[in-house]
Amino acid sequence: MKKIEAIIKPFKLEEVKDALADLGIEGMTVSEVKGFGRQKGHTEIYRGSEYTVDFLPKIKIEVVLADSLLESAVGAIVKAAKTGKIGDGKVFVSPVEEAIRIRTDETGEKAV
Amino acid sequence: MCKSKSLLAALTAAILVAGMIAVPSRVSAQETPAAETTTAPAATAPAEPTLDQRVADLEAYVNNAARTPDVKSKVNVPGPGHNAWQMASTALVLFMTLPGLALFYGGLVRVKNVLSILAMCMGIAGLVTILWWLCGYSLTFAAGSPFIGDLSNAMFRGMSPGGVGAGYYWISDYIWAMFQLTFAIITPALIFGASAERMKFSAVLLFVGIWMFLVYFPLAHMVWSTTGFMCGPLNPNAGIKAIDFAGGTVVHMSSGWTALVLCLILGPRGGFGKEPMPPHSMVLCMVGTGMLYVGWFGFNAGSALGADAIASNAFTATMLAAATGGFVWAVMEWITKGHPSVLGFCSGIVAGLVVITPACGFVTPTGAMIIGVAAGVVPFLAVTYLKKAIGYDDALDTFGVHGVGGTLGALMTGLLADESANPVVGTLKEGLFLNQCKAAVLTIILSVVATAIIAFIVKIVIGLRPTPESELRGLDLSDHGEEGYILS
Repeated sequence: MKKIEAIIKPFKLEEVKDALADLGIEGMTVSEVKGFGRQKGHTEIYRGSEYTVDFLPKIKIEVVLADSLLESAVGAIVKAAKTGKIGDGKVFVSPVEEAIRIRTDETGEKAV
Repeated sequence: MCKSKSLLAALTAAILVAGMIAVPSRVSAQETPAAETTTAPAATAPAEPTLDQRVADLEAYVNNAARTPDVKSKVNVPGPGHNAWQMASTALVLFMTLPGLALFYGGLVRVKNVLSILAMCMGIAGLVTILWWLCGYSLTFAAGSPFIGDLSNAMFRGMSPGGVGAGYYWISDYIWAMFQLTFAIITPALIFGASAERMKFSAVLLFVGIWMFLVYFPLAHMVWSTTGFMCGPLNPNAGIKAIDFAGGTVVHMSSGWTALVLCLILGPRGGFGKEPMPPHSMVLCMVGTGMLYVGWFGFNAGSALGADAIASNAFTATMLAAATGGFVWAVMEWITKGHPSVLGFCSGIVAGLVVITPACGFVTPTGAMIIGVAAGVVPFLAVTYLKKAIGYDDALDTFGVHGVGGTLGALMTGLLADESANPVVGTLKEGLFLNQCKAAVLTIILSVVATAIIAFIVKIVIGLRPTPESELRGLDLSDHGEEGYILS
């Protein structure tokens, strides 16, 4: 099993969710995060005081899936989240040791 | 912590005891007039009015003028229309503080300090009301000397709800006292925009308690009492014949210049210049601005002390200057920074209201428009460039808007006061600008010197700032044990 963590632009969430659903992947965890890479923040001015806001709002999607689905899932996420402009985000893949479905006590690939 | 609480309690007790002791000595002065009438009834009793005189008194009510003299008027009571407007104005001015100013300032601070602003507004409202009833009203409006009143009306002695004349002919003396109380409340509340986020609540209250006696009561007496040193319209013997319709000097200059000195003595917020400290809610700030705007009609038009033509003029001038000030400030931002901001609109509207305050009952609509434009430009420059140049941490721009704006208003009143707007201007117009300058200088000196003294007293007695840890946690938790928003 593998875990995908994808940091994407917030307005791309629906597209990525739909792309994963098309592959049969319907479970995910989504969180609102802040971050920056090489995309700079923006400047806000309040009564002559300038503030550089470094952190930009992003969405983090976490999906745990069977090894067999990994390549197509990563491809779908990258394609759906891409705008071609700076700040599109990143995808990380890591191995998962165990997964358990709480309701049924199933383990392993049956649980994801 | 215990030291400052017990000191505050001791101070409150001392003020109450002093008030109780001082007041009885004045009672005998109230009894003397009654003694005169019982020994010589026929000579002093006023005559019954003729029908013509009764009609004249009713006309006087409509015209907001004096009743027939030496006649036992049948309408020696508050005039319903004028008194109703006075009561409405009083409520509007209180609304400016609670919650207008509370939200305006509250939205501009960081989340961890929002409640400290709200508590400050309510704490000041309570403290000042107590002091006002105890002796503040009397020290401000009783005859006394040109510089301070006496204690003849302490605890509202010698006053009645149906009495008239303390303020003007047709408003209740009680409502006059309440109207003026709402001014006495908002003036100190304005100060703490400059010291926001880094002054202890106990220090705020102690500072206000002393400031009212050293600055507000004397200044309001000088500018608005019939025996006041700077009351041009009502005191023929005034040393400085200045005019101030609704409080450019008394409210805005005093609080603004006090704010400057206080924030210099206090020092900047921890992290100032390094950490970003943007407003936590421009929504609340704008909501507060709207409340200040609407409430200000009571502040300015209510200062006409009657629902008459002068009030209508003040109302109109207020509307024109405020809206224009807001628009011009936003345009200035558009030009210099590239965006008109909500904070710019809010600041410009408040600046317009501040600058028109001393002028509103004395200028024409054209004068109000000129003032509106000036209000959108001069305080804008002070806030955007002066603050950065000198480097003081005037957290919410109290000096930039109220100090600079109030001074600008006092001076522009001298230039733009017009007899056609208010006949009172006629005899005072000669040399008026110079008189306004003198009044402004006296106000600044009084505010600056008194603030320096009071700040150092408070600093020595209980300290001004919270500990760095308390300041970091936020005043809401440190001073009040509360959080403003518990969202999950």
